[in-house]
Amino acid sequence: MKEPKKPKEPPNIDIYRAWCKGCGICAAFCPTGVLARDEAGYPYVQDIDKCINCGWCEIRCPDFAITVEQKKRRERRTKEEREKERPAREVTSG
Amino acid sequence: MVEVTKLIHKYLRHDKKFPHVWCPGCGIGIMLGALVRAIDRVGYSKDEIVMVSGIGCTGRLPVYVDFNTLHTTHGRALAFGTGVKLANPNLKVIVVMGDGDAVAIGGNHFIHAARRNIDITAIILNNSVYGMTGGQFSPTTPYGMKTTTTVYSNVEQAFKISELAVTAGAVFVARGTVYHAKLLDGLMEKAFLKVGFSVVEVISHCHTQFGRLNRMGSAVEMMQWQREHAVTVEKARQMKEKELQDKFKIGVLVDRELPVYQDEYEKVRKWSQGVVKK
Amino acid sequence: MKKKGRQEKLLQGNEAIVEGALRAGCRFFAGYPITPATEIAELLSVRLPQVDGTFIQMEDEIASLAAVIGASLAGVKSMTATSGPGFSLMQENLGFAVIAEVPCVIVDAMRGGPSTGLPTLPSQSDIMQARWGTHGDHPIIALCPSTIRECYDLTIKAFNFSEKYRNPVIILVDEVVAHMREKIVLSDEEDIEIFNRVKPTVPPEWYIPYEDTPQGVPAMANFGEGYRYHVTGLTHDIRGFPTSRPDEIDPFIRRLFRKISQNFSDIQIGEFFQTENADITIIAYGCIARSAKRAVIDARERGVKVGLLTLNTIWPFMRAQVEKVLQTSRVIIVPEMNMGQISREVKRVNKGAAKVFTLNKVDGTIITPQEILARIKEVS
Repeated sequence: MKEPKKPKEPPNIDIYRAWCKGCGICAAFCPTGVLARDEAGYPYVQDIDKCINCGWCEIRCPDFAITVEQKKRRERRTKEEREKERPAREVTSG
Repeated sequence: MVEVTKLIHKYLRHDKKFPHVWCPGCGIGIMLGALVRAIDRVGYSKDEIVMVSGIGCTGRLPVYVDFNTLHTTHGRALAFGTGVKLANPNLKVIVVMGDGDAVAIGGNHFIHAARRNIDITAIILNNSVYGMTGGQFSPTTPYGMKTTTTVYSNVEQAFKISELAVTAGAVFVARGTVYHAKLLDGLMEKAFLKVGFSVVEVISHCHTQFGRLNRMGSAVEMMQWQREHAVTVEKARQMKEKELQDKFKIGVLVDRELPVYQDEYEKVRKWSQGVVKK
Repeated sequence: MKKKGRQEKLLQGNEAIVEGALRAGCRFFAGYPITPATEIAELLSVRLPQVDGTFIQMEDEIASLAAVIGASLAGVKSMTATSGPGFSLMQENLGFAVIAEVPCVIVDAMRGGPSTGLPTLPSQSDIMQARWGTHGDHPIIALCPSTIRECYDLTIKAFNFSEKYRNPVIILVDEVVAHMREKIVLSDEEDIEIFNRVKPTVPPEWYIPYEDTPQGVPAMANFGEGYRYHVTGLTHDIRGFPTSRPDEIDPFIRRLFRKISQNFSDIQIGEFFQTENADITIIAYGCIARSAKRAVIDARERGVKVGLLTLNTIWPFMRAQVEKVLQTSRVIIVPEMNMGQISREVKRVNKGAAKVFTLNKVDGTIITPQEILARIKEVS
C-alpha cells in the first residue's frame, strides 16, 4: 500500500471534552500514535505531525467527541472559502 | 473527515441530553454512527424513516435520532414495525434491537418477520449479555461464560443470530463488528437498499458487565478481541474448518431474492378486487 | 365502496362487528385465530383487501396487538379480535397503547375461563381483566353489545372513542351475542358520526406531542407527516421523552385519567327500561340483558313492578346511572355469567338504600328469563 503522501500541513484534531467519556478507544486504535491519554484517561494530541488523516478515531468514537479536519494547503483555498473565514462583521460593513 | 461528525449532528435530536446514556466505550454509539452515516449516504429523508427499538441498552437509541421514533415493549419491536410498514409502505422501517430483545423474548417475532420477508431492516447489536439489567446471560452468551445468572458458568449453547436469520428466510444477512466500523457503514447501506427482510448483526462488547465478569478487559481489549476473532467471508473461504473454530465470519453472508411481503399482499388486494385473474 | 343503499341482512354478532369496523374506517386488522372470535378475522381477511385495507395473521396475539399499534401510529385505524387466552397475552401491549395514547380497538369475545376453559361456551368473566388486566394505574373504555345492532353501533362508537380520546377501546362481547344471528338494517345513507383523530395544526417545530391541555387529549400526528416525534412505553414528559421527574409523572398519569373521567356523558351508554316506578331493578349486560328484558315483561304481566338497566358501557363503570336505580328501587338484582364481577361494583357504589342481590351462573350456559323470574320471586 503506497505510503500516503504526507500533507505538508497536518490536520486539525478537535476533542469535544463535554461529550468525551475518556473510554480510550481513539488513542488505542490510532495507527500512528497521535493520541495519548492523560492521567484522567482523556485523550489529547501528543504528536499531530504523525497524523495521516485516516479518521479511524473519529469513526470509532462512541460519543462523536473527536473530529479530524484536513485543512487544505493555503494557496488552493478558493476565494469564497477565504471570504467565509473572515469575520462576518467585516464583510457586511464593506 | 470532520464531515463524518458534522453529518451525525445533522441527525441527532439536540433537545436531548448529550453525551448519551451508554457507558464509556460502549459499542452502541459506534453502531449509531455507522447507522446514521449509512442513512445519509442512501439519502432517506428524515420524515420517511421510522426507527423502532425494543427494551434494553439498544432500546434507548431512537430517542437520540431525529426520525419518527418508536420505543416499544421488550422483544416486540419487529411486530410493531410490521404494523407500521404494512400501514404505510412508503415509510422506511429500521428496527434496532439487542441480542436478548431480538432472539430471546423476541425470537418468535424475529423468525416470523424473516419468514414473511417483510421489507424491514433489523439491526441487532449482539454483546452476548443483558447489559441494561446488570449482566445476565442471553441466548448468544457462549458456553462456559460467567454472568450474574450463570455464576457457575453458562451451560447453554448459543444462537448464531445471522445463521438463524438465513434459515428463517431473510433475504439479506450480514455480520459486522463495532471494531470494523467502516465495514459496518457499507453493510448497513446494502441492508437499507435491499428490499425485503434484511438483517445486520453487529458484534459488540459489554465491558461493564460481561467483560468484567469474564476478565476480558476494557472496551479497547474487547474490540481487539473482535479484531482477532473476526474473519471476512472471503478470507474464510480459504481457511480450513479447524482454523475457523473460534472465529466468526463478517461481511455479507446472504444476499438473495425472495418474494417481498407487501408486494405479495398487493396481489391479494388485486385478487380480492377481481382485477387480476389468479 | 359502491353505494348499496338500504339493506336488510341476517348477521352474526361477529359479522356485525366487522361491518361496524369497516364503516368506522378500520383499514388494518392483525389477529390470531381463536374461538369464538375467528369469524371476525376470517371476514376481515376477505373484506379488507377489497377496500385497499390490510389483513395480517400474526404469529401470536402479542404480535397482533403490536402490529395494530404500529399501524395506528402510521395513521390507519386498526383493530384486533381475540378471546380470553389471547386477551391475556395482549395485556402488556394494551398498556403500551394506553401510555403512548395510541387509538386502537380490541374485541374480546368472552368464552368460559380461566385458561383454555370452555372454548365454545359463553361467559362474561373477563370483565375485571378488561379493567385491570394490564399493570399500573390506567384508564380503559370497554363496551358490551347485547344485540346484533349494538355490535354494529358499539364497534363504530369504539373506533370513535379510541380516536377521540386516544385510548384503546375494548369490545367485550360474550360468545352468545358473538355467534347468534339477528336481522339488521344497514344503509350507507344513514348518517353515522365517524370521528378521526385530531391532527396538529401547528408546524412541526412547535408540536408538543403529549401536551397537557385542560381537555386532556393532545393532537396526534402520524408517522411520515413531518412531525418526527418520539413514542415510548416509558413514562414521558410533554415532548414524549422519558422522564423520572415527579412533577412531570404525576400530571401525566392524572391527565390519562382525566381524558376519560371528563367525558363520562359521552362514553357511558346504557338503557333504562321501565325503571321509573320499578320496585325491583335488574342490572344486566350482554346476552343476559336480553333474558332480563323478557323477565321484566313477564314479571310486569304478573303485576310485579320490575325494571332493567342495561349496561352497554362496562368501563368506566356507570356509577351515576346505577346510583339512580339504587335510589328508585328497593331491590337490585345483578344476573351475570361470572362470580359477580359487576355486582361487586354495584355494591361498592350502593350507599345502603337498596338491597343488592346477585345471580351468578358459571356453568357455561346462559341465564334464562325463568331463572331471573325465580330469583325475583325469591328476593321480593
